[in-house]
Amino acid sequence: MKTLEELDSLREKLQADMKIREKNNNITVNVSMGTCGIAAGARETMKVLIEEISKQNLKDITLTQTGCTGSCQHEPLVEIKKGADKVTYIKVDRKKAREIVRRHLMEGKVVKEWTILD
Amino acid sequence: MNMYRSHVLVCAGAGCISSECKSVQNALIENININGLSNEVKVVETGCMGPCDLGPVVMIFPDGVFYRKLKPEDTAEIVTEHLLKGKVVRRLLHQAGENSDQAVTFDQLDFFKRQTRIALRNTGIINPESIEEYIARNGYQALGKVLSKHSPQETIDFIKASGLRGRGGAGFPTGLKWEFTARAAAAPKYVVCNADEGDPGAFMDRSILEGDPHSVLEAMAICGYAIGAEKGYIYVRAEYPLAVERLEKAINKALEYGLLGKNIFSTCFNFDIEIRVGAGAFVCGEETALLASIEGKRGEPRPKPPFPAQEGLWGKPTVINNVETWASIPPIILNGPKWFSNIGTNTSKGTKVFALAGKINNTGLIEVPMGTPLREIIFDIGGGIPNGKRFKAVQTGGPSGGCIPEEYLDTPVDYDSLVKLGTIMGSGGMIIVDEDTCMVDLAKFFLEFVQEESCGKCAPCRIGTKRMLEILERIVEGKGKVGDIELLEELSQCIKTSALCGLGQTAPNPVLSTLRHFRDEYEAHIKEKRCPAGTCQALVAYYIDPKACKGCGLCSKNCPAEAISGEKKKPHVIDLTKCIKCGNCKDKCKFNAVFTS
Repeated sequence: MKTLEELDSLREKLQADMKIREKNNNITVNVSMGTCGIAAGARETMKVLIEEISKQNLKDITLTQTGCTGSCQHEPLVEIKKGADKVTYIKVDRKKAREIVRRHLMEGKVVKEWTILD
Repeated sequence: MNMYRSHVLVCAGAGCISSECKSVQNALIENININGLSNEVKVVETGCMGPCDLGPVVMIFPDGVFYRKLKPEDTAEIVTEHLLKGKVVRRLLHQAGENSDQAVTFDQLDFFKRQTRIALRNTGIINPESIEEYIARNGYQALGKVLSKHSPQETIDFIKASGLRGRGGAGFPTGLKWEFTARAAAAPKYVVCNADEGDPGAFMDRSILEGDPHSVLEAMAICGYAIGAEKGYIYVRAEYPLAVERLEKAINKALEYGLLGKNIFSTCFNFDIEIRVGAGAFVCGEETALLASIEGKRGEPRPKPPFPAQEGLWGKPTVINNVETWASIPPIILNGPKWFSNIGTNTSKGTKVFALAGKINNTGLIEVPMGTPLREIIFDIGGGIPNGKRFKAVQTGGPSGGCIPEEYLDTPVDYDSLVKLGTIMGSGGMIIVDEDTCMVDLAKFFLEFVQEESCGKCAPCRIGTKRMLEILERIVEGKGKVGDIELLEELSQCIKTSALCGLGQTAPNPVLSTLRHFRDEYEAHIKEKRCPAGTCQALVAYYIDPKACKGCGLCSKNCPAEAISGEKKKPHVIDLTKCIKCGNCKDKCKFNAVFTS
């Protein structure tokens, strides 16, 4: 550690991992993990999301899970919340999960054809 | 870097360690592995989170769900329900009282939501053995800031303007202490951390050292820069092995990162820190005794002046501050003195850490703004007195302090208002006592402590406290004489004015303070041979109220002396000639039928 700038950039890098312990996260990605979700492959979806989000080093994202949300026929479900905005993706397989990270989380574009209208 | 979708924080403060948090942690990790979640869920061991009586406790992020009193066998459900399916395990949540709601997340607990954490900002949140987690929480930013942007004098001015006063007990303005040392002519200069926490019931210093050791190292380096010192010592008692271990690791990591050592942040500032392990003598918390002990001499105090700021370690100018004081320094540098001085009262700025112990529901560690009323600390945060008993008094400031009775519960807690009540803030230990505590006996307990811990160098402390203790022992045994109270007062005044150091000068305080607020209890012991709290064995006789007794026989079954007799379903009686006054019958009776004279 030679300069304050060096410390700053190290802190920035390390903070991504610690953000999860603060409650002011920007974007929440929520995977529905009821029995129905898990049976439909939500575990795989979750794993891909973790992989992609960490590979792209995305910050301010909380990845979490909930129980069954009631639309079991659409599982696996992934909900992305930013403030009051909420987008729900249905039948998210590995391929879709990867695309959602790239298009929605990185480019900020909602992939309309995979969503359900709330 | 690996991303984890969930962090499971396991409290590993000493309280939770003694309630077996290690086996809970191991079981958690095992279940996480069984369910194939080890790449998604990170288990983090933290320092003390605070609510020690709820231990072992676990917090799960991102939601901040708080589970308490966990057993290893609970962890399978946490993993399969919460971590896998996102369902909160309700039976493991905390509920404050029978009629209150369950708290799901930690910030729904009264215990947490009324606190303001500055010195404890990282304790219980980060892994104390990870310098990376400390850096992620703005660690070493304050050191970098002063070294690259501010002069030593500006750094001292920050601390002065913040109004920070020493948290070790005496409450001396910290910035002023630094300035005196900076202006002293002699060289080299030293920075010392007093981590010889000795007050009965106090554990805030240990918790900070165990939970956030880097905050102390960073602050000591800041002070070293401000006063022109290159060497720091942490004097920590040997009874705190975990604190010593984590400090050692922290120092090594800081050296590795170049945050201690030579040419820190590419400046010409060098600073390194050594640990000195003390044998755990109470007197070694007194600064001159502590310095003597670091030098390898007997831990005995010497008269002041000269103060350590002029002649400290090896006769050189030395700043000596307590652990909590150090932990408050980096946030003051980062957020500015105004931010700090806006918290608290006129004469007491910032926040104070308290260790709640004794007869209180939520024993543990809390941090609140100065000026928070005692009632809020004891009843709202502390959860009040267990088993429906009445609050009697709170003892603050350890043996050097005193007790505060019920009528002063609305007093705001700051340095000056506590002094007005005849006690002190001290390091922040708070021992709460209920109606079953005899105040004469409490005074005797503290006097026994100082008597045993007296270093013996001066006669008033060595002999005076011994004589006082003898009188107190006589009183609780029912052999008190008229005139004893006056004799105690005379001895107290004499010791206060003539003892060599702070320990001796304050040794009579427990007696003076209980005499001030509970003189009638002393008088009842001496004149009526009666202990109003019903706890001094020699003065108590146990009786059974025939109206309340249901004749269940539980008392006679539990009487080791076979002093209780009676037929089933009929009132029992105690034979006072056989009774050994153990109190078993009173504790065991479900109908409150046993009473004391």
